[in-house]
Amino acid sequence: MKTLVLGVIGADVHAVGNKILDHAFTEAGYKVVNLGVMVSQDEFIKAAVETNADAIMVSSLYGQGELDCQGLREKCVEAGLGQIPLFCGGNLVVGKRDFAETEKIFKNMGFNYVYAPGTMPDVTIADLRQELGE
Amino acid sequence: MVAVSYALFTDIGSTFTKVTAADLESCRIVGRAMSPTTIFDDVNVGFQKALAALESQIGHKIQPEYRLACSSAAGGLKMVACGLVPDLTSEAARLASLSAGAKVLKAYAYKMTETEARELEQTQPDIVMLSGGTDGGNSETMLHNAQVLAECPVKFPVIVAGNKSAAPEAARLIEAAGKEAVVCPNVMPEFGKLNIEPAREAVRRVFLERIVDAKGLRELAAQMDGDIIPTPASVLDAITLLSRGTREEAGIGSLMAFDIGGATTDVYSVTEGCPVYPGAMLKGLPHPAAKRSVEGDLGMRWNARTIVALQGEELFAESAGVSQQELAQVLDTFDKTPDILPQSPAMERIDVALAQAAAKNACQRHAGQLEVVFTPLGERYMQSGKDLSDVKWLIGTGGPVITSKDPAAILAEAGYSEQEPLSLRPRKAKCLLDAKYILSAMGLLSQRAPDIALKIMKNELIEL
Repeated sequence: MKTLVLGVIGADVHAVGNKILDHAFTEAGYKVVNLGVMVSQDEFIKAAVETNADAIMVSSLYGQGELDCQGLREKCVEAGLGQIPLFCGGNLVVGKRDFAETEKIFKNMGFNYVYAPGTMPDVTIADLRQELGE
Repeated sequence: MVAVSYALFTDIGSTFTKVTAADLESCRIVGRAMSPTTIFDDVNVGFQKALAALESQIGHKIQPEYRLACSSAAGGLKMVACGLVPDLTSEAARLASLSAGAKVLKAYAYKMTETEARELEQTQPDIVMLSGGTDGGNSETMLHNAQVLAECPVKFPVIVAGNKSAAPEAARLIEAAGKEAVVCPNVMPEFGKLNIEPAREAVRRVFLERIVDAKGLRELAAQMDGDIIPTPASVLDAITLLSRGTREEAGIGSLMAFDIGGATTDVYSVTEGCPVYPGAMLKGLPHPAAKRSVEGDLGMRWNARTIVALQGEELFAESAGVSQQELAQVLDTFDKTPDILPQSPAMERIDVALAQAAAKNACQRHAGQLEVVFTPLGERYMQSGKDLSDVKWLIGTGGPVITSKDPAAILAEAGYSEQEPLSLRPRKAKCLLDAKYILSAMGLLSQRAPDIALKIMKNELIEL
């Protein structure tokens, strides 16, 4: 069974989407290590190290995602998780920025998959299957 | 003569062997005596002397129904914990070792280095607790560390309490080097879930089978009715019973205990420690409901200078109500004669101040902590560790607190303080004094006759 570390990054307390994703990924056959809300970068990494996670799933819904996510890939590299796939989605940025631009910014930060607001879990699950070679 | 049924308890400490007799019908302590511990020749000699003193106190020989013993002799139980992430499995292994009554000399994290391997060799632990990875999680680190432990020239048993998928292989590596390996369930089976009971049991078993022999306690063990267990583990058993009660008799609710000694301070808490602060969210590894911590730098004699340094000499002298000169003199006396009991008013005041500072700092480290986080939705509070705000009782035990002129003032320092509002220490607890030093004995009895042990504690602990 593949293991996913899931959480809402930064000082973000939006708990509902997190519960939905936990449910959807579990139903899809993944072992979900759900860190809940207000998760720091360190917590994502420590959890991924102990559980030998196959991917890190980051949510951000309060518009500060760009600040919160900066440096996560670099920290993964430091922790020996350089190759781990990073996924992120939610309301990553404030305002009406074009999503293509947002996606580019997050991909440059080292995220492998970036999702626009309103993306359904099925889309992410399909990407997971492909990424993890299932 | 009316036939009374007694229980006899023996506590083999590093300096004194203490025996205590309890009347199992009236649920009272009937006598206590002690004699210097004779660990290096025959521990039995010291035990027989103490027993003779006890019997002369009671006035006749006793035929105890139970003979039970605990030990902290020969340095107590020295352990080393190994895990993966410092504040996850390494911390879980450390907490499990502490609750088993061990002195944790060192907790290693990640893959152990050559330097750390050499350090381990110097440390000479009695038992090593090896963990790392959740079940089905990381196995590489635990296997690496198993190999390091296997190659260490010092012989010690290893308790393997890590990732279940890697545990059998880790045990094989250790056994191949001629060391004993005991596999038990993971101390952190799921991320953020603590499961320390099985590891704690494993430590007790290994202590009984291997360490009792190594510490020269076999002879004595043969005269006892049950296992000899580490003294702090017994204290934890006693206060857990006192807090939770039995089917027949209610416990007294959430509590903490403080054992301030000459070299270390032990703190115990029995409570879930769930957030009390409205809206506080739990972060990090949850701590066990029955938790023990040991502060190796807070002691009344060998570490008196460390305690003074926490506050600074000037402030410490001021809070103790002595001059700096008096303080310096007394500290010199403590260095030269660590066994000394207070002999002057200045020494008494310094002793109380030392115990207060030890209680305060040890409780601060034991208790959980709130952290304020500013979010777009306003202030939020995050709690790590246990919230002890609602703890009902603080119990004082151990020589310095019991013999102190003002034990309540010492325990009060452990409580909430406006200076550190985010430290989740007890806000309205009442104080109890273990004046007859019975907690370790009652922990032993709790395994045999919990109802009687509970009644004796209720009878003998004094409310301050």
